Amino acid sequence: MAFSDVREYTHLTDEEVEAIGAELDEIRREVEASRGQADRDYILRTITLQRRLAAAGRITLFASFFPPAWLLGTALLGSAKILENMELGHNAMHGQWDWMNDPEIHSSNWEWDTTQPAEQWKHSHNYIHHQFTNVLGHDNDIGYGILRMSRDQKWHPVNLGQPVYNALLALFFEWGVALHDLDIEAIRKGEKDPELLKKQLKQIGNKVGKQSLKDYVMYPALTGPFFLQTLTANFTANIIRNIWTHGIIFCGHFPDGAVHFTEEELEDETRAEWYLRQMLGSANFNGGKLLHIMSGQLGYQIEHHLFPDLPSNRYAAISVKVKDLCARYDIPYTTGPLYKQYGQTLRTILKLSLPNRRTSDNPAPVPERAQRRLRDDQRPTRRSELGKWSGAASV
Amino acid sequence: MTAPLIERSSALRQLRRLGKAMTTPLLPDDYLALINPLWSQRELRGRVEKVVPETENAATLVIRPGWGWTFDHAPGQYIGIGVEIDGRFHWRSYSLSSVPLVEGKTVSITVKAMPEGFLSDHLVNGLEPGTIVRLASPQGDFTVPDPPPEKMLFLVGGSGITPVMSILRTLDRRGSIPDAVLVYSARNEDDMMFVHELRVLALRYTNFTFYERFTDADGMLTADQLDDVCPDWSDRTTWACGPAGMLDAFTQHYETYGLSDQIHVERFTLAAAGGSAAGGEVTFGVGGPTVDVDGATTLLEAGEKAGVNMLFGCRMGICHTCDVPLASGRVRDLRSGDEHGEPGEYIQTCVSVAAGDCTLSL
Ligand code: FES
Repeated sequence: MAFSDVREYTHLTDEEVEAIGAELDEIRREVEASRGQADRDYILRTITLQRRLAAAGRITLFASFFPPAWLLGTALLGSAKILENMELGHNAMHGQWDWMNDPEIHSSNWEWDTTQPAEQWKHSHNYIHHQFTNVLGHDNDIGYGILRMSRDQKWHPVNLGQPVYNALLALFFEWGVALHDLDIEAIRKGEKDPELLKKQLKQIGNKVGKQSLKDYVMYPALTGPFFLQTLTANFTANIIRNIWTHGIIFCGHFPDGAVHFTEEELEDETRAEWYLRQMLGSANFNGGKLLHIMSGQLGYQIEHHLFPDLPSNRYAAISVKVKDLCARYDIPYTTGPLYKQYGQTLRTILKLSLPNRRTSDNPAPVPERAQRRLRDDQRPTRRSELGKWSGAASV
Repeated sequence: MTAPLIERSSALRQLRRLGKAMTTPLLPDDYLALINPLWSQRELRGRVEKVVPETENAATLVIRPGWGWTFDHAPGQYIGIGVEIDGRFHWRSYSLSSVPLVEGKTVSITVKAMPEGFLSDHLVNGLEPGTIVRLASPQGDFTVPDPPPEKMLFLVGGSGITPVMSILRTLDRRGSIPDAVLVYSARNEDDMMFVHELRVLALRYTNFTFYERFTDADGMLTADQLDDVCPDWSDRTTWACGPAGMLDAFTQHYETYGLSDQIHVERFTLAAAGGSAAGGEVTFGVGGPTVDVDGATTLLEAGEKAGVNMLFGCRMGICHTCDVPLASGRVRDLRSGDEHGEPGEYIQTCVSVAAGDCTLSL
């Protein structure tokens, strides 16, 4: 069993692993059975709040020539965009609200206010990242193809620039995300299907065009002589959102304690082991209710990775049970205040810009293994309900 | 069908285009609906104005539709209605019983509470006036041409009266019911919807015959009894709506006489035409799960079983909520037995089964 290699799990017997899986399945069933009016009310309230914030921001910016109005409008618009991106877009596209059978709040219809087309996100994030969480060579979210985030990744002198790349990634995060599903690495190696590439580029171009027209042409033009002020306000609101989402998302998998895996761990992985990998590969942060809402409840990243499609407003309650389970089985449950988690993430980015021999490791490393990047048809297909990975997709 | 108001005026259309660019990726409606839930064209909505009891277990819902509704349905068509119960939307389709008219600004459907139908029961007994519901635009070809044929026959059982009611009321409004016979079966008089209105109609028009049949006392109307209730049935264009058993018997009867062209049938229950399809491996979306599905399990059921979240409404092939594009492979429509295999073609997952390996784009 591959998991016996992972230090944090060496004390668990196979039976215990299965028992943990069964408990987690039970938590899922309970939540599924109890979804109802209160949950719908929550998401409707949040949607209303988000749209009011956005409208208030846009209206305030009609006075963008007046600096305090510029500031207030930008702040309102920035928070609207954060809420839209995290608690609404991210979670709706995960299918968390599909149970309502409401076509307006459904993963098949939701499109978000950023440059990546929803359809591509559902592949690169919902499928690739969530199924292959933290598996080197499989999960392109490890460093987004730009940063070296694991000691198991080979060092290259380009990595020296990591702190700079990271800052740029944070500022222009939505653009990084927009290109994510293209898989630049595959394009570079000439392995990308040109038809698919063409289709994806067209989709992105379309989306980017609409988004830019709105934020950088239409709304500025509406304010007439204050075109420039409104434009900078919109630009700033997007940057605020980018920095925030980048921070929150990086805190989900890169603080100390979140482990990366190698593809051997995937072999014969059962559903219970998949759960364990999600728990050990993710990290939470704690904070108040508002912080959790503004981060799309991703402060409960562990719970989100265990149950990506359960309604986000339930994660807080689920976390109590998961924490208890971890304590009973002596499994680490990584969490801490936001600033600490973020600090650790930055430290890792800095450290790993240098070769391994120049730095010490915080947690002991998993044994180093050869790694390669895989295309869709080389990956095992989605975990089946029985918990096994069924062969390659092409079979 | 005429376009909604906003599509008809080019100035409004331009304005809407502009609005759309400013609210992308949402629609202007998403903001307007915050002010008034009826101000959205994105999903048609309506407000329940009145719930009028018809019989002990049937009621007419009078609904005021919101933006985008055109009031130009053909009498005999049905609409989809989506009602939220404990956070979840449930969809069903019902024939419109009202006349297509803008003046009243309302439409009405008549719903009979079914013993096993928890939604119909909720509609009849639990819907508060003022409730906002979702609507799906009128559909269906159980309609009467204008001008109507000279001689008509309506064969109706139970709640099958609703589309026929809409047809009769429309003809009445035009002041010209042609030579028409209505054969309407219900369990007993209390169970017969619109019975007084129909009797009055029969008094007012000498050429309109209303034949009431109470099955508790007289049993079901069989096809060979048709000669007794309407001797010249074979000269008439027929519209039949009611329980599946009754419809099967009558369509067969018409077939035997080589008169299949003369009967229009409206079915509200899915008669699964047997699983003659091959079945196969079905893949639900790129990277989605792949499962083995037999030729009798609908793709909607198979997807749900595989843990895929799929939209659905009526689950019987009339509302099109469940439509998804076919990426590759072939599927068979359970109702007609027709096979579909065009990539990109929309298929109704609730009534389609796999006819070999196929992939759905989700
Ligand atoms: S669910 Fe209504 S047509 Fe399929």
